[in-house]
Amino acid sequence: MDIQVRVWRQSGPTDKGRMVTYDVKDISPDASFLEMLDVLNEKLILDGDDPIAFDHDCREGICGACSMVIDGTAHGPEKATTTCQLHMRHFKQGDTIDVEPWRAAAFPVIKDLVVDRTAFDTIIQAGGYITAPTGAAPEAHATPVPKKDADLAFEAATCIGCGACVAACPNGSAMLFTAAKVAHLGLMPQGQPERDTRVIDMLQAQDDAGFGGCTNMGECSQVCPKGIPLTLIGRLNSDYRKAIRKQV
Amino acid sequence: MADFWNDGEAIVDTAAPEGDIETRWERRKFSAKLVNPANRRKLTVIVVGTGLAGGSAAATLAEAGYHVKSYCYQDSPRRAHSIAAQGGINAAKNYRNDGDSIYRLFYDTVKGGDFRARESNVYRLATVSVNIIDQCVAQGVPFAREYGGLLDNRSFGGTQVSRTFYARGQTGQQLLLGAYQAMERQIGLGNIEMNARHEMLELIIVEGKARGIVVRDMVTGEITTEMADAVVLASGGYGNVFFLSTNAKGCNVTASWRAHRKGALFANPCYTQIHPTCIPESGTHQSKLTLMSESLRNDGRVWVPKRAEDCQKPAAQIAEEDRDYYLERIYPSFGNLVPRDIASRAAKNVCDEGRGVGPGGLGVYLDFADAIKRLGKKAVEAKYGNLFEMYQRITGEDPYEVPMRIYPAVHYTMGGLWVDYDLQSTIPGLFVVGEANFSDHGANRLGASALMQGLGDGYFVLPTTLGNYLANGPYEKISEDHEEVVAARAEVENRIKRLLEIDGDRTVDSFHRELGHIMWEYCGMERTEEGLTKAIGLIRALKEEFWQRVKVPGTGEQLNQNLEKAGRVADFFELGELMCIDALHRRESCGGHFRAESQTPDGEALRHDDEFSYVAAWEYATGESAKPTLHKEQLEFEYVHPSTRSYK
Repeated sequence: MDIQVRVWRQSGPTDKGRMVTYDVKDISPDASFLEMLDVLNEKLILDGDDPIAFDHDCREGICGACSMVIDGTAHGPEKATTTCQLHMRHFKQGDTIDVEPWRAAAFPVIKDLVVDRTAFDTIIQAGGYITAPTGAAPEAHATPVPKKDADLAFEAATCIGCGACVAACPNGSAMLFTAAKVAHLGLMPQGQPERDTRVIDMLQAQDDAGFGGCTNMGECSQVCPKGIPLTLIGRLNSDYRKAIRKQV
Repeated sequence: MADFWNDGEAIVDTAAPEGDIETRWERRKFSAKLVNPANRRKLTVIVVGTGLAGGSAAATLAEAGYHVKSYCYQDSPRRAHSIAAQGGINAAKNYRNDGDSIYRLFYDTVKGGDFRARESNVYRLATVSVNIIDQCVAQGVPFAREYGGLLDNRSFGGTQVSRTFYARGQTGQQLLLGAYQAMERQIGLGNIEMNARHEMLELIIVEGKARGIVVRDMVTGEITTEMADAVVLASGGYGNVFFLSTNAKGCNVTASWRAHRKGALFANPCYTQIHPTCIPESGTHQSKLTLMSESLRNDGRVWVPKRAEDCQKPAAQIAEEDRDYYLERIYPSFGNLVPRDIASRAAKNVCDEGRGVGPGGLGVYLDFADAIKRLGKKAVEAKYGNLFEMYQRITGEDPYEVPMRIYPAVHYTMGGLWVDYDLQSTIPGLFVVGEANFSDHGANRLGASALMQGLGDGYFVLPTTLGNYLANGPYEKISEDHEEVVAARAEVENRIKRLLEIDGDRTVDSFHRELGHIMWEYCGMERTEEGLTKAIGLIRALKEEFWQRVKVPGTGEQLNQNLEKAGRVADFFELGELMCIDALHRRESCGGHFRAESQTPDGEALRHDDEFSYVAAWEYATGESAKPTLHKEQLEFEYVHPSTRSYK
């Protein structure tokens, strides 16, 4: 199939950036979206143009590196799908597709479609862990975990840290990301001792990193490639209120 | 044939204690020198890579009080490729009461590796396996559990017990997040200095010891030299030499290869694992292959049509009696759960007979119809739901309705830098952990053992053995003006300059793809003397062409993804050649290395223990026309006596 892509080109953090249109011809419907860009880049290189920079790595939907807003939607039109798992069969011959980077104050553009997501790591540093130095662990079966809790913790833990939630949020909030980690660890018995400090510290770090506030728009959950549910934000708010009350 | 290499002195692992295998690790821990906690602060350790091995090592060393500098090419340590491991992690917990034990895990791993692994290392791995699960549970890793709240297990290829712990189909991700979170805690505390989007491009050796690395900041292009008291490589495997593999696109051999060029021996490079259950190629645009977890073989049945003329028909139109469930037929006792090397070669054989399915006839069915009938769709979905979704997303086919199509793909490399029992390479102060070393899997790795090895090395082994080395430190501070440091830095700068100046007419990817074709064709699932000799010639010619015709756009002082790739591909050429030489010299079949000249009458791998029961550790050939030198480490089997591996 033949298509056109309009891609955000920005040579560096200080460049203003603009959309540039490219023709891509003879693409197989079985190619992935990133493979389509690979084909385009091969052509750009041989034509003496600068190839489009984009983050990607595992290309199987788990590392969370790929990050494109496609036709206005983070990760594109398919539900619960990362950019790398989006295939060209979901587009039509002759389509014009817009491709842009994540846009959020806390994720500055490095080049073209590549953004800096270090702020996510900063939130985890503030409390997104269970303190369990190597060697100190008790026997694994010492603490049974109800299957219901373990399953829900797993659901929350499937977050791949891609940042689509932030890109989709009109406020550029990282609330779904933070809520997923707070829920994952807060549901495990091992996570209880740090439950209160974790939620307070992570929220503080989120604010400090320049993410916006949450106003329950729900866009985040809509674009999440792992389908992290919006209800986890309610859970976070409830944990936060309890933690703050105890502090007082 | 010997024209391709020189024979060198034998080498031995002097770090492993002798005597009773069950207490070797205890005795090594006791004999290892300790570093006073107050002195640890003064010692700096560089860790390259943040996967299961590097992440767990960095976190543990920092917890112990060392100053750690960590590097990864990804934008966050959480994205290292360990994250993509699906199926699970083995541990000899015997929670199923099915006869498992540390000894059985040890036995299975030595046998599964086709008697080409070191017994001491494997026994230690089996020993620490139980601690790994405890550690991960304490970190909050959400393993699958039963209704009573206890951990669930499943079985995996090459074993008859259920010892695999898992978190749906995302075990690697959950384990890596555990290590990553422990690391982030240490970063927050200031004990780890994290350098994401940084690539190691050279090793710095001063007075015979590894003392630092040269790195490139991938965002600004700045080249810096980073010094330490010891260097740990946890930079993963080299499967991407095949271009198409299940590795992440960025996985590369550069860190290991730079160390090899500086004197670290590279062991068993030809031992490559071809995973039997991957999604087949769909066209020339293909940029990587996707693995479907081996756990699918617990319930899926592998088959092809009995007759080649049926291959074009839809699967549903092929009657039960016209299907050949070839693994169940040839290997009745292990059936669909034979080890990876055997399942892969069997798939190749039926496709070579013209009985493959799907485009190009390069595929076999993995069918869940019986499992859905037996367990119900819901139960199958609970076990494999995310894998089925992934398959459907990539192929556009629904595996609940039509059988999956799978084909083998390069997945893991058992070879790597040679290390002793302490995980120290032949360069003092250079330690190698995880897939980057060669030590535990022999010629074939069993499923769910890579995660075990990565975490075992990083959490439990390295912190002890590295401490023993550091106890002799702190080593003299090295200035950035030291001639070795300046030289290493200049090498990196010159190489980048050279790559950018060629300005030819072929892209990096086009060279990489061509190299991959050569490797897959001649150094893939089946190897011959003739093919390997031919491949060496082809690789040398292609390498020469690369250095004349490659086109790397842009400059070195910016984010330049093609420059990154070009440097990696340049190293892959040299590695590919060594892999072929290693495969050529090993005139036997073992594990993932199948030499067509060495097989039993019914087509199974035929080892030659009298001649090849050794680790082939290669010394880099210096100078353009020089040949690599082969050093042999003889393997001793005191406990598990080599036998013909049979899964029939």
